[in-house]
Amino acid sequence: MQTETRPWHAIVLEVFKANGIRLIPYVPDNVLKPLIAACHADPFFTAFPTAREEEAVGIVCGAWMAGMRGLCLMQTSGFATLPNALASLPCAFQIPALVMVSERGTLGEFNMGQAMVCRTMRPILDSLGMEHHTVSRLDECEFIVDRTIRQAFMTQSPAALILSPLLTGGKAAVRG
Amino acid sequence: MNTAPTTAHNAKRLPRAGVAKRLVARIGDGPAVIGGIGNANFDLWAAGHRARNFYMLGSMGLAIPIGLGVALAQPDRRVFVLEGDGSLLMQLGCLSTVAARAPRNLSILLLDNGVFQITGSQPTPAEQSGTDLIAVARGCGLARAAWTADEAEFDRLIDLCLAEDGPHVVGLKLDDSPPERQTERDPPQLRDRFMRGMGAKRDRTLG
Repeated sequence: MQTETRPWHAIVLEVFKANGIRLIPYVPDNVLKPLIAACHADPFFTAFPTAREEEAVGIVCGAWMAGMRGLCLMQTSGFATLPNALASLPCAFQIPALVMVSERGTLGEFNMGQAMVCRTMRPILDSLGMEHHTVSRLDECEFIVDRTIRQAFMTQSPAALILSPLLTGGKAAVRG
Repeated sequence: MNTAPTTAHNAKRLPRAGVAKRLVARIGDGPAVIGGIGNANFDLWAAGHRARNFYMLGSMGLAIPIGLGVALAQPDRRVFVLEGDGSLLMQLGCLSTVAARAPRNLSILLLDNGVFQITGSQPTPAEQSGTDLIAVARGCGLARAAWTADEAEFDRLIDLCLAEDGPHVVGLKLDDSPPERQTERDPPQLRDRFMRGMGAKRDRTLG
């Protein structure tokens, strides 16, 4: 098997393009910084910040219903603000809203708030019946991200991709 | 002619049933209309079905973000959002997001009755504090935000939304009458109809 040499964010960016995902609303996160910067640098994408993660979900839902594919970027604590929006919009209306979450609160977290809220993420996704996968290895990154996105669009179902610190290095890796 | 700008204080309280009807009669078939949670989309439903209507049944506060997404996806089509004052209050940050993107084709109609009407007409904190939501919109960078004095000015402002680049915000003070009907609660069907109306599902025919 060929060894993956690209960094995770380069793989993710190419998968977005291959799947026609152009619209990237986000609430920023330090770990997502290189991905956000790469989306801004590439004219293929319309990337911009929102004030809240809920807005980003509303925007990608509206865009998809009008023929444009999008994905929301956020961190764990931002995901925790979403249950009502996800349940009553993409889940109820069968809209493939995609969220990519940089996982904070585990594997070396220093912020107790992040550590607490992290525990709510997968139970929320499970109770919403939302497909979710955690990407923890570089050699699995393309497959998991691509297949999750494709299935979401083909089945008109929202889905979440969680980027583990095992993949990204987490916050500690970008600090200092 | 009185040229002073209409303020929240001197805007006429319009009968709510007439507003959505007046809007859809004025804009024709082309524009998309997003109805926010509760009475905003009930009004739109009661005004008669249009192929390019989307009725938001939950996710309070997200009608404007949905409208922004639609506007970004189809920049050549006019997009109107009907949103209540309580809903906007829940997601005020979206006004800055809209101003930052500055979609020329997006118009927001703020249906302001000062109360959470659907839950028993409790006053909103904005009403209690005297918050002027159109002034808030201007403060967020939406320069084309104005209160509506009366029906004639409403027509004029809608014509402006159709003719001139936005984003626009049109503030309407509403009376306390209830909506005439309630939207049929079938989210996937509402979504599917809207997508076909928007040409986002061209390749499949209805069964």
